[in-house]
Amino acid sequence: MNPPAIEILPGRSTAIAVAGTAGLPMECNKHSLAGSVTQRACVFCGSRVVLYPIADALHIVHGPIGCAAYTWDIRGAQSSGPQLHRNSFSTDLQELDIIYGGEKKLERALTVLIAKHQPKAAFVYSTCIVGVIGDDVGAVCKTVSAGTGIPVLSVASEGFKGTKKDGYRAACEAVCTLIGTGDTAGISPVSINLLGDFNIAGETWIIREYFKRIGIEVVATITGDGRVDDIRRCHGAKLNLVQCAGSMTHLAKKMRDDYGIPFQKVSFFGIEDMSAALYETAKYFGDPVLMEKAREVVGDEVGRLYPQIRGYKEKLIGKKAAIYVGGAFKAFSLVRALRTLGMTTALVGTQTGDKDDYAELREMCDPGTVIVDDSNPLELAKFCLEKDVDLFIGGVKERPIAYKLGIGFCDHNHERKEALAGYIGMLNFAREVHASCCSPVWNYVPRRAARKGAAS
Amino acid sequence: MSGCGGCAKGSGAPVDPAEAAEDGEFPGPTTNACKLCTPLGACLAFKGVEGTVPFLHGSQGCATYIRRYLISHFREPMDIAASNFAEHSAIFGGREVLHTGLANVERQYQPALVGVATTCLSETIGENMPQLLLEYREKRAGAPGGSELVHVSTPSFRGTHADGFHAAVRALVETLALPAEAGGEKTGRRSRAAQPVALFPGFVSTADLRHLREIAAAFGTRLTLVPDYSDTMDGASWSDYERIPAGGTSIEEIREMGSARAAIECGRALTGQARTAGTHLAKLGVPLHRLGLPIGLRETDALCAALTAVTGCVLPPAMEAARGRLLDAMVDGHKYVFGQRAVVFGDEDMVIGLTSFLCEIGVQPVICATVARNRNFDAMLRAAVPELPADTLVRGRMDFADIEAAAGERKPEFMLGHSKGYAMARRLGVPLVRCGFPIHDRMGGHRLLHVGYAGALSLYDSLVNTLLARKQEGSSIGYSYL
Repeated sequence: MNPPAIEILPGRSTAIAVAGTAGLPMECNKHSLAGSVTQRACVFCGSRVVLYPIADALHIVHGPIGCAAYTWDIRGAQSSGPQLHRNSFSTDLQELDIIYGGEKKLERALTVLIAKHQPKAAFVYSTCIVGVIGDDVGAVCKTVSAGTGIPVLSVASEGFKGTKKDGYRAACEAVCTLIGTGDTAGISPVSINLLGDFNIAGETWIIREYFKRIGIEVVATITGDGRVDDIRRCHGAKLNLVQCAGSMTHLAKKMRDDYGIPFQKVSFFGIEDMSAALYETAKYFGDPVLMEKAREVVGDEVGRLYPQIRGYKEKLIGKKAAIYVGGAFKAFSLVRALRTLGMTTALVGTQTGDKDDYAELREMCDPGTVIVDDSNPLELAKFCLEKDVDLFIGGVKERPIAYKLGIGFCDHNHERKEALAGYIGMLNFAREVHASCCSPVWNYVPRRAARKGAAS
Repeated sequence: MSGCGGCAKGSGAPVDPAEAAEDGEFPGPTTNACKLCTPLGACLAFKGVEGTVPFLHGSQGCATYIRRYLISHFREPMDIAASNFAEHSAIFGGREVLHTGLANVERQYQPALVGVATTCLSETIGENMPQLLLEYREKRAGAPGGSELVHVSTPSFRGTHADGFHAAVRALVETLALPAEAGGEKTGRRSRAAQPVALFPGFVSTADLRHLREIAAAFGTRLTLVPDYSDTMDGASWSDYERIPAGGTSIEEIREMGSARAAIECGRALTGQARTAGTHLAKLGVPLHRLGLPIGLRETDALCAALTAVTGCVLPPAMEAARGRLLDAMVDGHKYVFGQRAVVFGDEDMVIGLTSFLCEIGVQPVICATVARNRNFDAMLRAAVPELPADTLVRGRMDFADIEAAAGERKPEFMLGHSKGYAMARRLGVPLVRCGFPIHDRMGGHRLLHVGYAGALSLYDSLVNTLLARKQEGSSIGYSYL
């Protein structure tokens, strides 16, 4: 017996649109509907993922153990030096702490851990409970900072106080308090910061290398392979490139307002977007020599890349993909990168896109592509089946949806261990998409085997 | 907890001085916790009931993180709904989001049961769950297809994932199991001897659950396992999307547990507790046997003895053969493992079972570390494993920083525990034999067999082979006969 088709919850239909059709702007930026099994996490998650890669800082989660345990060494964010960020520190609040308050426990925890690990700064993440029991985390941070001589920053990331985006914002606010406290002497007039690249699988290093070849100094990467001292002096850079727009636009705007540093939104995923990022940056500085160097880098890299990609494209042409990722800028890049491989996008969704993002997706996607905000497993499964996709690009929570239905899967989330940014990243992406779509295992899974049997 | 890692504990002492210090005014922070929060355990236990959707009353992040964590271990879909608290609900209470959430879950999943667990947030603001659920039931009265609602209180500031697991099992049985006479006509006519044995297996793997069923079958009895996520968390490839993966113990089977032939509750951590799923059945007149997790020879013997007592069936030939093979292997390999020093860590019950087995084969456990704040852990472990050396460090409340510090001094040859110990094992340069939960860095971690004679044998092989591989790697000669 076939189960009844999956329906869309009444409160969710306005968060779904189809490219190429007229319709109202999509509803987004809303708190997730109760019981919808959203793929989003919470405010805490937003803050934690953004600040996580700052490798010489102490990151302590103030609350019961769960939030710290689930984010221990969770990201593929690499560091060229200290590895302190890969630990999970928690005040591990117990029942009595909830009754009597956790301030003293937090103060002691910070004092002990700072003495032991000698970090350059400490970030204190508030969890749900802290917002309810009313600990004055800011005051504790101030006291400990005075006692230890390092910045101790409160991150207001109580899980229920908004969406993941509010967590990004809280993280940006914490970073802001560091900026402007370092010496900017010696910074080149041709210099940038990279905002919103998290050095997953060493991606920041790949991107830095391109800019170095062009002759552009990267002052700070926020937060990939991040260092507190770099962030303190990053206001000396002349331009901010914002890669993960969803998480870092707030910081970029604050730096524009406070320090007069303009910003450009870029993406380092896919050949087109990577090249555009290099050209746009070179163009900003108005030096023809830089532009010439940028052309050299792009020509060099693309020339090497194309012949290698061609082989994959031949095997992938015409295949259909579903995309469900955190931010819309990554979704834009993926739609384009899949086109480079000869593939189409049948479903694209994000956790945190805004109205403009979705308008752009409707514009850029092929007619008929389903576009969805803040989706859930049932909706994603429904659309994957309806669109009969060959590939799903998402994170760990989406993986079993794809695999159970016999659909290839490519991890493009922050846990991945494969570099997908830059030109070499595009090659890795092509290789992974190929391995995901063209494995012989799909010949045997029931959903596809049945169809094969029916066709023959 | 950091900084007190070196404190040894004398055997038999009722209270560890280090643990007493823990109760001091402001105990230290936790570094790399060897535990997870209570709602995680509850969600997994609920997945062992047919047609069930776990539901967390609290922030959506809790559900998302727990889903991600369990998916990384089981590699299976793990939908957990949440009431998705916003600031408004945290201030004024979560009645509205709970009711909307439950209605949405019933509409989308058509569940037979929704397992509602609380979080630290809803517990702290003092949500009156029985009342809120009662109101929801009243609200939907008359509407078709209402699901069973089972509530468990799982504040994450009290206990660990293992406690949440046991609490959910208890809540399921307390809410659903009916006394024998009220079990309906069907059960009323049958005698207890014809009924299945109720088995509470504890936090074990999907392969363990399947094997326990095989063992019971060998003894000629049916089993009602609570929970049984052997199919829901380790199922086949699908033709169509299954909103709730098939499998699990049915509500009806749990209702009839009050008429069970006998109940067997595994887990020595539970044996001291007055209110468990097992004791509830005992109150309904079901004879209760309380055992450890059946890991290793003696603990499996104890399970078989209980099954013999219940069924009257002596050790079946298949089990006898399995036991013989295990003993044969233990003899064949005894020299490889004798005197080897081991660190064991994980949930209380897993550590007790593994330690018991290690002592049976001649391994010397130098540290037995658990996360639980169980004051009786030392006594409990030593009761199960009387031959455990007096100088073995046995402690609860340890995080990985503590275990690593203590292990540095005790120079183990290998470690036995879940994959979160990898970073520590790597730094100490000793191999980690993976078992228990979670296993995030290997294929098939959820399918590892621990229980029964067969489980002990498979554990034994991987343990000995790890030591042999290490011997080869460390050798300049590289013999191919070992």
